[in-house]
Amino acid sequence: MTTLTVGRASVPTKYLPVLVTGCLFLAMFVAGGIRYEGFASGQVILNVFIDNAFLLVVAVGMTFVILTGGIDLSVGSVVALSTMISASLMAGPGWPPYLVIPLVLVIGSGLGLVMGYIVHAFDIQPFIVTLAGMFLARGLCYTIGTESIPIEDPTFTAFAQARLDLFADMWISPSVIVAVVVVLAAVYVLHYTRLGRAVYATGGSEQSALLMGLPVARTKITVYTISGFCSALGGVLLSFYMLSGYGLHAVGMELDAIAAVVIGGTLLTGGSGFLLGTVLGVLVLGLIQTIISFEGTLSSWWTKIFIGMLLFAFILLQRLFSARSRR
Amino acid sequence: MTEHILRMSGITKTFPGVKALQNVNLSVRRGEIHAICGENGAGKSTLMKVLSGVYPHGDYEGEIIFEGRKCEFGGIRDSEHAGIVIIHQELALSPQLSIAENIFLGNERARRGLIDWNRTNFEAAELMKRVGLRENPTTPISDIGVGKQQLVEIAKALSKEVKLLILDEPTAALNDDDSAHLLDLLRGLRDEGITCVIISHKLNEVTAIADSVTIIRDGQTIETLDMASDHVTEDRIISGMVGRALDNRFPPHEPTIGEEVLRIEDWTVYSPSQPGRKVVDGAALTLRRGEIVGLAGLMGAGRTELAMSVFGRAYGVHISGKIFKDGKPIEVRNVQDAIRHGIAYATEDRKRYGLNLIEDIKRNISAAGLTGLSRRGWVNENEEYQVAERFHKSMNIKAPSVESIVGKLSGGNQQKVVLSKWILTEPDVLILDEPTRGIDVGAKYEIYTIINRLADQGKAVLVISSELPELLGLCDRIYTLSEGRITGEVPRADATQESLMYLMTKGQEK
Repeated sequence: MTTLTVGRASVPTKYLPVLVTGCLFLAMFVAGGIRYEGFASGQVILNVFIDNAFLLVVAVGMTFVILTGGIDLSVGSVVALSTMISASLMAGPGWPPYLVIPLVLVIGSGLGLVMGYIVHAFDIQPFIVTLAGMFLARGLCYTIGTESIPIEDPTFTAFAQARLDLFADMWISPSVIVAVVVVLAAVYVLHYTRLGRAVYATGGSEQSALLMGLPVARTKITVYTISGFCSALGGVLLSFYMLSGYGLHAVGMELDAIAAVVIGGTLLTGGSGFLLGTVLGVLVLGLIQTIISFEGTLSSWWTKIFIGMLLFAFILLQRLFSARSRR
Repeated sequence: MTEHILRMSGITKTFPGVKALQNVNLSVRRGEIHAICGENGAGKSTLMKVLSGVYPHGDYEGEIIFEGRKCEFGGIRDSEHAGIVIIHQELALSPQLSIAENIFLGNERARRGLIDWNRTNFEAAELMKRVGLRENPTTPISDIGVGKQQLVEIAKALSKEVKLLILDEPTAALNDDDSAHLLDLLRGLRDEGITCVIISHKLNEVTAIADSVTIIRDGQTIETLDMASDHVTEDRIISGMVGRALDNRFPPHEPTIGEEVLRIEDWTVYSPSQPGRKVVDGAALTLRRGEIVGLAGLMGAGRTELAMSVFGRAYGVHISGKIFKDGKPIEVRNVQDAIRHGIAYATEDRKRYGLNLIEDIKRNISAAGLTGLSRRGWVNENEEYQVAERFHKSMNIKAPSVESIVGKLSGGNQQKVVLSKWILTEPDVLILDEPTRGIDVGAKYEIYTIINRLADQGKAVLVISSELPELLGLCDRIYTLSEGRITGEVPRADATQESLMYLMTKGQEK
């Protein structure tokens, strides 16, 4: 059975997890709208984007890695390191942002490249390699400084606080534009390029991909580099959001990113999933936070509880699908 | 008449769609070495799995009488309890544990829940002495060679008070010295009263140590011969193994053979897992345009290893030898090189190595030929779709659309996807490893037709197959491979199953 009939239309099973996440998001939004006054507005959704632009960018990189069947635990630390480098270079020597930001992106990509190379060349599980990368990057933050460093560069703060007005009193931050551009570029790469095909093929069956003559090694190194780049960019966006650099920023963000990817329906074993799913995954996570804050009386830890339950539900769902498709 | 330790009668075992065993009878006398011979896929291993309880009682029809008692094994534990131990071709040892720990694994020498290490190592040493294994009992398994690991398996069997020892291809992975030692050991065990059943492709070994031999063909017992009184020779066993008539299972084909496309000379490949073991030894072969060439060999002869090492060194280490394409020497360092030089290899294990099962037909077909479908890294999806549609029709792939998931197709249709994928790379040489394995008869005919068509287009095709009738029906010329060496090259007109089987079982001459 390749399709599942929903009403009269039939949907290929591979789109089903994304569809489920989409429906979940809609249901949450509608429920929130009924329960809370002022919830059902476009700005609430836009706020979710504004507050989670950095997570979205990081999760895009994570999607690439997970699609090849790998994992990248270093992203949260690389985000923190990026905020730290940006803040310290702008505060101390007073470097301008247009120098600092490219430098940070190069450092992040470089870290990813090195980890990808180690994963490939020594055939070590990505879990271990990126775990080492996670400790390394987090430790490097504290060699720069143990305190939070504020960012006061005028260009930087102006950009960070800019509001782009849309129609009907709605607005977004420039970070959202950056995140959307990253998402669109990633969709394009994943679905319309040879690299994208190699990513899916490597995750689907690495041995087959090798025997089909696909550049498996290059692909694996590339996805970690992309993830490193996305983490660094996520770090820049986070410093827009926080206007500070701090070694304790983004603690545990790697797990949020993994959660978003999994809730978005991407198989942790690789080879199957969509970027749209990841976007929806981030939105679902963001909307949970929004609902908790609208509720007012609940502590923010309820966010974690809901995310935990959702993850369980989605992993069970995936298990169900893969069990059925194997039959 | 001597007493029988084991009688299996009327054993029938069906897998979905296939009758693997049909009314098989096997009688083994107490204290003998009983060989079971048959082609690949004849049902030998299935029969042993029935006996050892891998397929539990109720999963098959028929009766097993062991030591005069009717047995209904629910699992391996039951059969081991009765005294039947099976040693599989792939050894079941835990590599990081010591020899002693492995011998008593699941059967630990313990006192009140705590392992008695003195007793473990002492008893292990005793057992190791019995099988002639001179090693420290505390040596980890990964530090000793395959030959010695095999001995550990036997020691493990002895520790379980084995009465009937079954060995599945025990010498397939061993070198000559280790094989000889193992056969001596089996003779010794027989003299101690342990009955052995041995499955082997090496007929010289069978004639050397077996007391009787049962021949299985196409899931049925053909005959049981007593080695001494029937004066059994290797040829006698071969004729029992293959004796089957060819019928109209192959489309007619008139080859037009052109000049040489691919030539391999002095090709030697070493095993990546067992240092120093040659899996292909000085092989040479030539393929010509429009010609379908067969490569025959029993399991473990090195067929797949030969093919994969030629296909961009996808297997093996320390590969040496020369490859000539259209008469000119070429360097093939990796799979991409092989594809660029027009070599394609369709694997014997489609599901693991040939397809991305969770992806659709379209993307599987385009995977190897993506370079031709894309410009500067961007894939032309329209063209990809059209190409896939073209193959969908021309190869008669039975699926609702090219967006159907490959994992859900039947074996025959999956194989057509694999072939489409390689045809798209426009190869001059196609190496097809077991192209019809796990495919039903109707689809086989279609695959044969496709192979003929490819040859008519001027491509050279090398077919590796375990089924001799298939090679005889399809190929214009057949090479035989035995223990990594090419032992013969026979034109179709001169080839018979018997002559091929003789060449395939020919051991190394010294």
